[in-house]
Amino acid sequence: MNTLTLWFHQFGSPPIFHRVTARLSPWLYASATLIGFIGLYGGLVLAPADYQQSDAYRIIFVHVPCAWMSLFAYFFMAINAFIALVWRIKISEILAMASAPIGAVFTAITLATGSIWGKPMWGTWWTWDARLTSELVLLFLYVGVIGLYNAIEDRRQAARAAAFLALVGIVNVPIVHFSVTWWNTLHQGSTVRLLGPSRIDSSMLWPLLLLALATHVWFFASVFARARVSLLELESGKDWARSAVLGPGAAHD
Amino acid sequence: MTDFLAMGGYGAYVWSSYAIFVVALLIDFLAPRLRRQRVITDLGGRLKRQRKRQEKSA
Repeated sequence: MNTLTLWFHQFGSPPIFHRVTARLSPWLYASATLIGFIGLYGGLVLAPADYQQSDAYRIIFVHVPCAWMSLFAYFFMAINAFIALVWRIKISEILAMASAPIGAVFTAITLATGSIWGKPMWGTWWTWDARLTSELVLLFLYVGVIGLYNAIEDRRQAARAAAFLALVGIVNVPIVHFSVTWWNTLHQGSTVRLLGPSRIDSSMLWPLLLLALATHVWFFASVFARARVSLLELESGKDWARSAVLGPGAAHD
Repeated sequence: MTDFLAMGGYGAYVWSSYAIFVVALLIDFLAPRLRRQRVITDLGGRLKRQRKRQEKSA
């Protein structure tokens, strides 16, 4: 086995995952916060006002990164749900279930800030157009996964049932992404594009990309923090969990 | 400074968006910590009771 595969296998072992993420977690939170503050400073202070939307456009710096995260978190959840269903890997079950509440938070921020942006620019808080409705469905999918996971007593069975729902719901992700091109919507099309030039000035682009990076790092910090707790709960009968709770030396007596 | 806070007349919209963002992430930061505390208290209590029972039967 090469080093990378070996490392990956070890990362799947609950005690090693618990220990490695403990060391990783503060760095992830700290760097996400630091990058986020630089991005916020760039977006709120350094970036100029928009010629059309004046300062109202600054909502983009929280709205768009959170919207990207709402899809990224779902993608991450679905991949782990797939691994959990096919190979029954415990860590994947836990990672999938840990990403659901974070995705729900990012989706809720996206909907709330989008609504607040829509009021002054479109003249309405809400409209049933393709982008807004599919993003709302995304929130319902997250809530459904969380609800199903908590409704079943056995943690592993619950995770598998919820993972199945998560996997079925992935059909909504491309719908959210392409909704602005497939249908006529009030929502504008993509401003930042991976293929081809972005339709945004670089003075506004760099804070946006920094905040996108910050929210991605934040996601992993949060998903690890949540997964560690679930793992401790799930493995509470094992020696490693006992020594993690009571301190080393308490495991065998 | 007042100009900055006014955000060209859109202050209420801009700042409420940023407030939602910060508060939501703060909750996201605290939630797993509070749960961890609860899990550790529960587990610690259970392990202590277990040990007492073992001592009694020994």
